[in-house]
Amino acid sequence: MARLARRAAHGLLLLVGVSLLSFVLVELAPGDYFAEMRLDPRISEATVRGLRARYGLDRPLPERYLSWLRSLARGEMGYSFAYGGPVGPLLWPRARNTLLLTATATGLAWLLAVPLGAWWAARPAGPAAHGLAGLTALLLALPDLVLALGLLLLAVRTGWFPTGGMVSLGHEQMSWEARVRDVASHLALPVTALVLGLLPVLVRHVRASVADALAAPFVRAARAHGIPERRVLLRHALPAAANPLISLFGLSVAGLLSMSLVVEVVMSWPGLGPLLLEAILARDFHLVLGPVLVSTVLLLGGNLLADVLLLAADPRIRAEEK
Amino acid sequence: MEAEPALVRVSGLNKRYARRGGRGSPCVQALADVDLEIAPGATLALVGESGSGKSTLARCLARLEEPESGRIWFEGEDVLALRGRRLRPFRERVQLVLQDSAAALDPRLSAAEIVAEPLEILGRGGKSERRGRARALLDTVGIPSAWGDRRPAELSGGQRQRLAIARALAVLPRLLILDEAFAGLDVSIQAQIAGLLEELRVRHELTYLYVSHDLALMARLAREVAVLFEGRIVERGPVARLFAGPSHPHTRALIAAVPAWPAAPPRVS
Amino acid sequence: MPYDSVVPALLEIRDLVIHYAAGPDASVVAVDEVSLDVEEGEVVGLLGESGCGKTTLLLAVLGLLSPAARVMRGSIRFRGRDLLALGGLEARRVRGALISIVFQDPSQALNPVRRVGPQVAEVVAAHHRWSRLRCREEASARLAEVGFTEADRIYDAYPHELSGGQRQRVVLAQALACRPALVLADEPTASLDSTTQAELRALLGSLQSRFGLALLLVSHDLGALAALARRVLVMYAGRLVESGNPGQVFHDPLHPYSRGLLRAFPHAVAAGAAPEPGLPVPIPGSPPDLSRLPPGCAFEPRCPDRVPACLERPPQEVRPGEDRRVRCFTYGG
Repeated sequence: MARLARRAAHGLLLLVGVSLLSFVLVELAPGDYFAEMRLDPRISEATVRGLRARYGLDRPLPERYLSWLRSLARGEMGYSFAYGGPVGPLLWPRARNTLLLTATATGLAWLLAVPLGAWWAARPAGPAAHGLAGLTALLLALPDLVLALGLLLLAVRTGWFPTGGMVSLGHEQMSWEARVRDVASHLALPVTALVLGLLPVLVRHVRASVADALAAPFVRAARAHGIPERRVLLRHALPAAANPLISLFGLSVAGLLSMSLVVEVVMSWPGLGPLLLEAILARDFHLVLGPVLVSTVLLLGGNLLADVLLLAADPRIRAEEK
Repeated sequence: MEAEPALVRVSGLNKRYARRGGRGSPCVQALADVDLEIAPGATLALVGESGSGKSTLARCLARLEEPESGRIWFEGEDVLALRGRRLRPFRERVQLVLQDSAAALDPRLSAAEIVAEPLEILGRGGKSERRGRARALLDTVGIPSAWGDRRPAELSGGQRQRLAIARALAVLPRLLILDEAFAGLDVSIQAQIAGLLEELRVRHELTYLYVSHDLALMARLAREVAVLFEGRIVERGPVARLFAGPSHPHTRALIAAVPAWPAAPPRVS
Repeated sequence: MPYDSVVPALLEIRDLVIHYAAGPDASVVAVDEVSLDVEEGEVVGLLGESGCGKTTLLLAVLGLLSPAARVMRGSIRFRGRDLLALGGLEARRVRGALISIVFQDPSQALNPVRRVGPQVAEVVAAHHRWSRLRCREEASARLAEVGFTEADRIYDAYPHELSGGQRQRVVLAQALACRPALVLADEPTASLDSTTQAELRALLGSLQSRFGLALLLVSHDLGALAALARRVLVMYAGRLVESGNPGQVFHDPLHPYSRGLLRAFPHAVAAGAAPEPGLPVPIPGSPPDLSRLPPGCAFEPRCPDRVPACLERPPQEVRPGEDRRVRCFTYGG
């Protein structure tokens, strides 16, 4: 308990540090939102300066940081120049869309990886095992971008799946059922792209963990007692293999808001990714910081979750805490 | 008794550990007011069960652990006051051989490199000198010099222990601390290593401190035995005297636990 | 080394040969023409050092050999049934229920993330169709039998909360959970403190006599062998080189290896007496390379009594006395 509290406190400190660092880094990047305007000869220097002053871009860094923090506290999370309004209301719907995508993909990937990896560990030889090894190697080597583009090509050529976006035209007029099916059909390809990217890493980790556990002396002892092989795998090997996998799961949760940027952009999924990209290109200061901060919160949360799960799963760790 | 000053003198040593593992008490007193003297050329065995403090005492003597209080003198010098570079001469004179040398030997180095490593660290001699000395040492401990290029994983348990001993001898120590150095070895290999150690002791005028829970083996190897129980030395004396008349109940328990062969004539089946 | 009797023994091993594949053309001889019997309720001791094949032998009885091991020839019969011919399901029915095994290191033999009680109950459940409550009661009863006075508290403990001796007792409870007829024990006291070893020796003895277990006890604990075993077999390089009762083997060893081995033991000659002065006497030379055994006797390179015949072929078994067997040219063969 004390350890978790300490971790949470460290997390908070880390959050503050990240916010400061990102603020400074974005600040150091050349130009600001109004930099583009200077290229337009019709807009005078004075106008640009006036705009800057109006939005407080000429104030010193610490002052701007503090005012941003105050805005965070109010829930506005800063001001977006491009959209002309607070960042918060722009962020949440997009974050929700991203979470829909990534949570589905992560859940699916884990649901597939654990049985596949466990099966592979239990049957290390034979054509199926070699096939799986080759397939995971191939998928590992393929960049996300290539996967996403490839799937997009598939959609275009076959017309089985929509080629982008989250909803079709006339989505609001559909019945509840139809709306769900609509989103689901739009979800299919991006989720596939993400799952194909996640799966090889997860499967290999699961396989390694389970293989280690299967070689453990207590597994041999369990077999020696006549325990059926399936029970040995499920009740002895898997729980013992859980530790590294739980940490990995925490990392998966941690990456929920940040893993899908490429896929979202390529497949026009209205999530945080495209928003962030837009904001970076436009130098929309606060709009860049918002997603970064929210991602960090999720990262810390994911690690904390892994800690809690580990505590629950391994009695030896529980004992160390006392 | 010789009038020579003691090689090692320990006075009032105390050491506590924060306890982990869910067995209750927050702190365990590993060593409680331990006094000890080791004469030069002696073979002393610290015998006790797990948790008796024998390994802790050995590690404190080797300056791998810091006691909470107490003094340790080696060759008349206060060892606990030494720090940093002044500790180096001490490290040359006191060496450690541990159990399960598979874990104590760097698996990436060859046997010859392992033996030469302490010489390299302490800056003794040039490269070819060190190599020559390494091969000579391997010879001394009975590892064929042709095997100098093998890695620890390619050697048997007994050979790894020999390697650990060779490495310990590389810097010409005065005191060798052997912490469960025989555990895990076959009986006939134990006997071989014991013979080797005795030979080396006489040849190089070494002093041995054995640490073990195996009283039977220690009684044959060491001239004197000190029994540790719950962090204290409860009894100490020459082997024969200890067996003839143990005064502490724990000593009696340890002696009783030594397995005995059947004394009766062969039974008819 | 078989008895001449009409009724089959509980465990009969005949001319067993097991090889390990150690590369494309190389194979290591782990067990070389081993024949032995264990009768109902009999304790047979097996003495030998690492690499002599004793663990391979035990694993072969239970059908737990690694895929790299191959039984080249020979048979293992339990109450007349050929164990080597058993299919997966039948072999599983034998394991733990009729024949069980106690491995050497108790800290490794128990699952660290599960409580110990359910690990004992699981063995019961694997072989009986009983309710969970009944399995739990049986498990508690077994824990009490191995000397736990607070069996219910121990039931809920995790392995890391127990001492080494306690863990080994739990392992014993697992091995006895289904009241097997035969227990194979691979150095059951080896990784424990000396006083704990003594306790466990006594426990093993009392359990054996109380339940009439047959015990194949692999151990270098001479005291345990002396106290418990009716016969002691000595193994070297995969072969049985000598057998007899403990008094005979320990006081009057016939085979040069047995003699050398016993001289290397540091143990006392009688309980409580000081050990003989002097270091234990080693056996000269090094353990055999099992991938390159000589055509003759495997012990020949280290043997003080060798004769020219030792180089040509391995000696046959000779019976210099009632229930006394040895494989050495010194005695014929």
